[in-house]
Amino acid sequence: MNDQIDHHISPIRTYIIVFMALMVFTGITVWVAFQDLGYLNTFVAVTIAVIKATIVAWYFMHLKSSAKITRVVALAGVIWLIVMFALTMSDYAARSWIPFPDPW
Amino acid sequence: MTEQKHYINAETTVKSWLLTVDHKRIAILYLLSVVGFFILGGTAAILFRLDLMTPQGDLLAHETYNKMFTMHGVMMVFFFLVPVVPAVLGNFLVPIMIGARDVAFPRLNLASWYIFITGGLFALAALVLGGVDTGWTFYTPYSSTYANSNVILTGLGVFVAGFASILTGVNFIVTIHKMRAPGMTWFRLPLFIWAQYATSIIMVLGTPVIAITLLLLVLERAFHIGIFDPALGGDPVLFQHLFWFYSHPAVYIMILPGFGIISELIACFSRKNVFGYSFVAFSSLAIAIIGFFVWGHHMFITSQSIYAGLIFSILSFIIAVPTAVKIFNWTATLYKGSVEFRTPMIYALGFIGLFLVGGLTGLFLSSMGLDVHLHDTYFVVAHFHYVMVGGMVMAFLGGLHFWWPKMFGRTYNQGCAVFTAIVIFIGFNLTFFPQFIVGYLGMPRRYHVYPEEFQIFHILSTGGASVLGFGYLLMFCYLPYSLIKGKKATANPWPATGLEWEQTTSPPPTLNFIHDPVVTEEAYAYAKKNEEFYRQAIPAESKDV
Amino acid sequence: MSNSHSPHLHHHFHSLEQQRQASSLGMWVFIAQEIMFFGGLFCGYVVYRNMYPEAFAVASHQLSIGWGGFNTVVLIFSSLTVALAVRSAQLGKKNQIIGWLVATILLGVIFLGVKCIEYSAKWEHHLVPGIHFNYEPHYTDDALHESTGSEHGTDHHPAPAVYPGHVQIFFAFYFAMTGMHALHMIIGIGLMIWIIWLATKDRFAPEYYAPVELFGLYWHFVDVIWIFLFPLLYLIGRHVT
Repeated sequence: MNDQIDHHISPIRTYIIVFMALMVFTGITVWVAFQDLGYLNTFVAVTIAVIKATIVAWYFMHLKSSAKITRVVALAGVIWLIVMFALTMSDYAARSWIPFPDPW
Repeated sequence: MTEQKHYINAETTVKSWLLTVDHKRIAILYLLSVVGFFILGGTAAILFRLDLMTPQGDLLAHETYNKMFTMHGVMMVFFFLVPVVPAVLGNFLVPIMIGARDVAFPRLNLASWYIFITGGLFALAALVLGGVDTGWTFYTPYSSTYANSNVILTGLGVFVAGFASILTGVNFIVTIHKMRAPGMTWFRLPLFIWAQYATSIIMVLGTPVIAITLLLLVLERAFHIGIFDPALGGDPVLFQHLFWFYSHPAVYIMILPGFGIISELIACFSRKNVFGYSFVAFSSLAIAIIGFFVWGHHMFITSQSIYAGLIFSILSFIIAVPTAVKIFNWTATLYKGSVEFRTPMIYALGFIGLFLVGGLTGLFLSSMGLDVHLHDTYFVVAHFHYVMVGGMVMAFLGGLHFWWPKMFGRTYNQGCAVFTAIVIFIGFNLTFFPQFIVGYLGMPRRYHVYPEEFQIFHILSTGGASVLGFGYLLMFCYLPYSLIKGKKATANPWPATGLEWEQTTSPPPTLNFIHDPVVTEEAYAYAKKNEEFYRQAIPAESKDV
Repeated sequence: MSNSHSPHLHHHFHSLEQQRQASSLGMWVFIAQEIMFFGGLFCGYVVYRNMYPEAFAVASHQLSIGWGGFNTVVLIFSSLTVALAVRSAQLGKKNQIIGWLVATILLGVIFLGVKCIEYSAKWEHHLVPGIHFNYEPHYTDDALHESTGSEHGTDHHPAPAVYPGHVQIFFAFYFAMTGMHALHMIIGIGLMIWIIWLATKDRFAPEYYAPVELFGLYWHFVDVIWIFLFPLLYLIGRHVT
């Protein structure tokens, strides 16, 4: 692990810029919620949230200057979450593929 | 020779035990507590096994029978099997095996024990207040709508105890990453460490899901808010998804550390390096990861879609591959080894046989078509007892007998121990093998009134349980006896490689090593002949000599 | 090892660097755990939102975007103040650590105060799940109200578009998720008070500030959870008016 990078101290300016970016994205997510994008509304809302979360993790939580193992751990949490969602939804999404027969 | 200072006699007050941050003492605290829960769960098992001798179930009332098997399941799964190896043997051995003075977060380690005890007290309170009758799986809507409100207490107990497990997992992951001695590279680690690491991954990423699920269950039970209640639009099967997302990987929390122990035992008592070290190491990780993809095989006969069932079925077959890798590699290690039938080795060989049966019957159950017939029968009961008791408990006992001299500095009576191991093996098979047959014939689990033609199997099973119980009782005699009258153990009685054997005394001092070791050799460097081996490490002080 | 006798070094570590890396990794592993903890709730939410999209939209309209948006701004701002507190700790500026943490506590309290206002409004409108819950269709937006039908049992009305039980499920998740989030904030505020106390005792130095750093990670994580909660709870189907 590179100690020098690890101890990196970000300038205040970086934090202010990150904060402003988060504010802008918050504004966008509220604005876009009132636009009719059909099925895309949820997709856009979640995408913006993911971008905001990534910004927070990358700059505020210093993943930018963290050791590789730290990034792997953070990523593992997200990947496991996706596994849980994907396999659970594989059930719910496919339930109606074969309709239940009428009661006899 | 003057009495040597070690972690047990370093301080002797009760306070010094209850406020200790020494991982070895915490391991002993955990050992005492899980044995307590094991006795409770075992007593429940004896009671309902006796009840099942007659087809009418003469001994227990219907309600009591339900409460007994629930208590057996809750105690054994959440308060015995999950913590037993990681929190006892893992806690004791992980820092020593990697050459560290303690785990990374000693105070969190102690907190984990207190959290565990708190959770246990919740579950015990539920028992005292009248017991729970939902089965250890707490399936909704029965648990959330119909069962008595002790479900709330038990659910909270398991919720709380989950955090003990999470803290242990966090501790091990960081310890193994950051606390290894100089020279202890990843591929010099004992396989027990790899297994603990894989287990910790599951503990950290799986346990929170069961925690939140049980919290939702408690809310649902207390306020009837409809999350799992079909009458209000909820889906009870969602509970099963979230429950098994943890509880299937939890099976690997229980069995993976057992695999780790077996690798140590097989290598030591065949005087050989483990065949295909890296395959065995990575198969642990593979099991931990793939273990998260298979939970739906518990739900083949719910409203889960057939397509999801298909995916889960295929993935369940895949997880047999890394498991088989382990079995093959252990067998290959035995091949041409100079095998010694010491007590731990007898447990290890018993493990391989019994786990093989448990694992292969798992393949029956992961085939969707066959599972429709076998689901919720005694076949399932026999299958998971072959894995949990035949696998995990045998491995734990093997490990306990292997490291007992290290943990307590005393040796037990070898004759007694070998005899007990054989009694347990026979008793176990007599208990659970008939259950495969009676389950295949259609005996459903959790019923205590059954057709008369099944009685013979239940009598065999109860007889076997008595033999098994007798075996455990014997152990409760000679192991404590060894603490008082047993011969003083040498630092390395077997003799085995590994830092815990070569670099420290029995029992170890408080900070584990007098000189911090420097690792120079891979694990399991047995020389095959004359009980010799290449030491894995040298003490730091002598490095430059 | 020049720092092996530092008063900040615990007995079982060999160097401050090892200790620092261990504590940071430990916190990240704990955060991975937290992701799965909230993940269980999000998973249930996704299942029911897909099952009852209309009911979730209708229920979401009961929440105030004003308060939700305000709280989002407050929480992101508190993330900034915590980041600055950690930065002050890196530079060893004790008074700045305390100042930024006090600011964070204030923002946290404002957030929780707003949450109280929102919760009590839900209670007054009988939207808290449980016996008290009583969803009245006339609270809905007009467009959805058209198809809802005010009386049951009349044939010329279509079946109610949203069933009160499904609205209740939304609120069950709303309270479970925001409640669990608020609990994390309350714990966080407690931790901050402890860290301020440590700082007044001069426990931190540029080579040792692990509690501040780890707390920062925790608070940012709580912020991230809210970043997801806000659009998923407050902003569903807002374009349907």
